[in-house]
Amino acid sequence: MFAELLQYLLSGLTIGAIYALAGLGFSIIYNASHVINFAQGEFIMIGGMASATLTASGVPLPLAILIGCGGAMLVGVLVAKFAVERARNASTVTLIIITIGASIFLRGVAELVWGKDFKRLDAFSGETPIQILGASMQPQSLWVVGTAGVLIVAIGLFFAKTLTGKAILATSHNRLAAQLVGIDVKRVVLASFALSAALGAVGGAVVAPITFSYTEMGIMLGLKGFTAAVLGGLGHGPGAVAGGLIVGIAEALGAGYISSAYKDAVAFVIILAVLLFMPNGLFGKRGTERV
Amino acid sequence: MNALLHGRLTGLLALGAVIAVLPAVLPNNFYLDIAILAGFNAVVCVGLNLLIGYAGQISLGHAGFFGIGAYASGVLVGAYGWPPLLALLAGALFVGLLAFLVAKPILRLKGHYLAMATLGIGIIVSIVLRTESGLTGGPDGMMVEPFRIFGVELYGEKVWYWVVGVLLVGVVWLSLNLIDSPMGRALRAVHGSEVAAEVVGVDTARFKVLVFVLSAVFASVAGSLFAHYAGLITPAKADFFKSIELVTMVVFGGMASTFGAVVGAVVLTLLPQALTVFQDYQQIVLGGILMATMVFMPKGLLPTLAALLPARRRA
Repeated sequence: MFAELLQYLLSGLTIGAIYALAGLGFSIIYNASHVINFAQGEFIMIGGMASATLTASGVPLPLAILIGCGGAMLVGVLVAKFAVERARNASTVTLIIITIGASIFLRGVAELVWGKDFKRLDAFSGETPIQILGASMQPQSLWVVGTAGVLIVAIGLFFAKTLTGKAILATSHNRLAAQLVGIDVKRVVLASFALSAALGAVGGAVVAPITFSYTEMGIMLGLKGFTAAVLGGLGHGPGAVAGGLIVGIAEALGAGYISSAYKDAVAFVIILAVLLFMPNGLFGKRGTERV
Repeated sequence: MNALLHGRLTGLLALGAVIAVLPAVLPNNFYLDIAILAGFNAVVCVGLNLLIGYAGQISLGHAGFFGIGAYASGVLVGAYGWPPLLALLAGALFVGLLAFLVAKPILRLKGHYLAMATLGIGIIVSIVLRTESGLTGGPDGMMVEPFRIFGVELYGEKVWYWVVGVLLVGVVWLSLNLIDSPMGRALRAVHGSEVAAEVVGVDTARFKVLVFVLSAVFASVAGSLFAHYAGLITPAKADFFKSIELVTMVVFGGMASTFGAVVGAVVLTLLPQALTVFQDYQQIVLGGILMATMVFMPKGLLPTLAALLPARRRA
């Protein structure tokens, strides 16, 4: 009974950590540019595919992850520079379609480069399950949760302590004012895309041994990440992390106790229920609208 | 005469003329089939455009309503032996009620939160259709009986072409009338600034709900007829990508332009057919075209082209 519950909680925590990273990526970009980047899932895919295929061809794992991360960052910056920044004043729905176009484009390129089949990446430190109070856990889950934890703390410090981090925060509060005090807001947007891409790519690499990697892996992960970000309140970093963990754990519990076929629906049922009562998510600020 | 030149009648006549002439120009049933599919998409897009273009509300879940209509027809006619017209009306009624129930709380949401909520509804619908395989046939879909009315069976591309053509003209006519009515002006006010519209006394919530329900019902009817025409429906017709495709058609053709929505639906139904020549590069080209159009023509195809014409031709 308890072991079963613990088992679900552990697997929920693992996948929740990835949702949290994706959600954080959505939040960072939303803060800097008020764009919902539907290509966020493709950054995860790039990280997963690059690390799986590069290690298969003999590149050491850390280097493979680093290359995947760099590739995703480059792609992120290109999307920001040539698509999003150029459509700066377009409406919300236009910007949504631009990022969806980017994600279709990136999936197409990925299929061309890596093919459509599933790629395998070995677990980072063996596959002997760890026994905890009757539940068993893959060592890779520790990698996922640990990596996500370190990245989330690092991002928190980055925004609190560094000048670049503060510049991004300032831009998110008031773009014009930030520009007036000498912040290069265009570079801030590029930096936010690069940062989100890096988060996604590392997440994709650590989760790949559990989920396998394939060119469509980013679709659901991206949508769940968006759910996490909205659940926590768009643009609220810690909220996105909490949102990701909530979605992940609820999903695992739903799959375990209710029906595994409806696993993917759990996140969306939760978000609808929450938005019904809290239109700005769990931690979002109530905005006022200027006429 | 002036009204004929500039009013909504001109556009409607032009649309009718194109629909009437098209079958004579199209070489075979393959093209007729594409025209029919474009017509179904156009019907949904005209409704969706009322919501996105005029009321300024995003929906990333309209394929869900299309899917409910399609499966209502498939299941009620196939498994329960209902007359097709009754099944179509039942589906539309159900979708209308569902849209009405969810509209009030959902349309209170703004921008991205609304996108999230409608996306959630669409995904939940498609997961239910995929999972309840006892009724829906699961991921492989289900066969649908042909549409029979008064003992006559609608059969073949030629017949369906006229059915869809008449439906499209009807939907466009309804939509144009709606836009020119006091309600249409209220909608545009909602789009411009919701708070300002409220201040001058527009019941914004009521209008948004009405348009949401109307656009959902359009989608449901199109879904029902599509199911009978194609004879086979799959959950893919209700999923997230279909929803995105529909929104893209509206925005691509031109938001807040009924004919833009029709043009967008036609162009983007044709595009994947044309892009098959690119084979492995198909997705790359499609994604590239989407990005490029939205970056360089953020207002969409038709309004951008219209702006190029001399000023006096602009309605």
